[in-house]
Amino acid sequence: MTITSTADPVADAPGSPASPARKPGSLVAQDVHAWFGDHQVLSAVDLVMAAGEVTALIGPSGCGKSTFLRILNRMHELVPGAALAGQILLDGQDIYDPSLRPIESRRRVGMVFQKANPFPTMSIYDNVLAGLSLTGQKVKRRGKDNEADALVEHSLRSAGLWDEVRNRLGTPGGSLSGGQQQRLCIARSLAVRPDVLLMDEPCSALDPTSTRRVEETIRQIASEVTVVIVTHNMQQAQRVSDRCAFFLAAEGLPGHIVEQGSTSDVFERPRDERTADYVNGRFG
Amino acid sequence: MSAETPPTLELVRPVPQRRSLSSRPTTSDRVFVSGSRLAAIATLLIMGLIGYFLTVGAWPALEQQGWQFFTEKQWLPETGQYGIAGLLEGTVLVGVIALIVAVPVSFGAALFISEYAPPALKRPLVTLVDLMAAVPAVIYAIWALIFLQAQLLSVAQWLSVHLGGALPFLTVKTPDSPSSYTSSAFIAGVAVGFVIMPTITSIMREVFSQAPVGEREGAIALGATKWGMIRAVVLPFGRAGIIGGIMLGLGRALGETIVVYALISPIFDWTTHPLESGTNTIAAHIASRYSESNGNAFAGLLAAGMVLFAFTLVINTAAGIVVSRSRSGAATEI
Repeated sequence: MTITSTADPVADAPGSPASPARKPGSLVAQDVHAWFGDHQVLSAVDLVMAAGEVTALIGPSGCGKSTFLRILNRMHELVPGAALAGQILLDGQDIYDPSLRPIESRRRVGMVFQKANPFPTMSIYDNVLAGLSLTGQKVKRRGKDNEADALVEHSLRSAGLWDEVRNRLGTPGGSLSGGQQQRLCIARSLAVRPDVLLMDEPCSALDPTSTRRVEETIRQIASEVTVVIVTHNMQQAQRVSDRCAFFLAAEGLPGHIVEQGSTSDVFERPRDERTADYVNGRFG
Repeated sequence: MSAETPPTLELVRPVPQRRSLSSRPTTSDRVFVSGSRLAAIATLLIMGLIGYFLTVGAWPALEQQGWQFFTEKQWLPETGQYGIAGLLEGTVLVGVIALIVAVPVSFGAALFISEYAPPALKRPLVTLVDLMAAVPAVIYAIWALIFLQAQLLSVAQWLSVHLGGALPFLTVKTPDSPSSYTSSAFIAGVAVGFVIMPTITSIMREVFSQAPVGEREGAIALGATKWGMIRAVVLPFGRAGIIGGIMLGLGRALGETIVVYALISPIFDWTTHPLESGTNTIAAHIASRYSESNGNAFAGLLAAGMVLFAFTLVINTAAGIVVSRSRSGAATEI
């Protein structure tokens, strides 16, 4: 696939940002159970992550929310002994369908990790384009219809990093600060135009200023891409998400969703006592 | 500082004297430190002494021959005509052939063990490769003599007959006779390649397996195939380990003695046709002449040994620097 096939015609105009990514996708988890070996970590999870919305997954450590996140783009199966039951529907299609290759699912459902992981020796520019070259997508880097420059600029703008790095795109990705590296990873994920972007505690290693920048970025990209974010920070969940799912694992039992709904409902009018206790900081 | 305090008061306050931050080490620390320091000095001392005695022993030969020692191909100490030009060329040739054989296999094996092997197979393979590195070279030599040599004859003949036209250095004088191929630089090089394979594999595997999980997952999450991930993350990360492993393998190959000694028939000329019987290396030459040499002939052997010593020292040091300076090699032992 080439970039032009999905790109907006204005993308090629000099100075204008590349076209926005395609429509965000909707992700639906149906009756998801997960195991590592004999140990069950998730039980009967049903969750709708609506297109264009930010869904926050909250809950104490070890309740399976990161496992659930990794199930959404087939990273779960990389762990030896990992098993799964249930379905993950991306725009109605099961991403675990045997006819679909995992790499296709991962390209459509991007992921940003807890620890920023840019390719440290690759330049900032090449980092943004890494996903395209890794998935064998050609993008013109030279000549007057240079698509790469526009795509790099658009992705970095979307991730809120463009102004800070526009004059040093050739420097290695590893030379950026932690917060900038995390936003570079967001830009890198956006450059492949995913339908969904998963974020696993993206701010847990960042200072408050960088955290604020990443949160602004999340709000900005929400119109382009469906976001699912795992966070331990209750204020962050309130600030960035439209909907919220509270995961909990009782002692020795697999994790499950205790309560889900709009973020304001979960935080201000929780139906379950455990949710109320958790969001008000009484445990976890 | 409160608002009422004039700032100048801060300035007149005297700077206190610096305190000593050193502390007396405990007896056990002192014993351990001096013990390990002694051991470290001993290794340097031994290296230095080897270099020193080689130089002293080699001096008569170097004095007699001068620069001719490095340009003369013949080894006729009786007539005062001897040098290492032929030996040096043979040594490098055998080393290069060994690398051509060993590097691709080692690279593939290291990648398979670190990236593709199922966990149940991984551990036995690592042990096996390490075990292979510990097998004495003389075992490889015997195996090469009784098995490998015979197998390689037909390979050498095929190469010579089919590719000799395009690549004249692959021809031999009498291509139809198997004895033309029996004790060539090619056969010795392949056998040495097997000797150095486990070493190179071990180093490459070590650096590959250290490629950060975060970056691996980052590439996978972007939709990369396994091979794409390896190209984007593992190989750039392990580049210095690859180079260092190859150089270390070369260092071993240059010094390999018994395997070459067992396989070749010595000549004292430049080996221009690696498939044809007859070559020589410094190490094999020293081993074959050591017992029958005295006087300047013996000094000449020591001088040849000194050159080999310097050669391998430089290559191994360079390999060590390349590996340790890299991101991947910081924690790698070579």
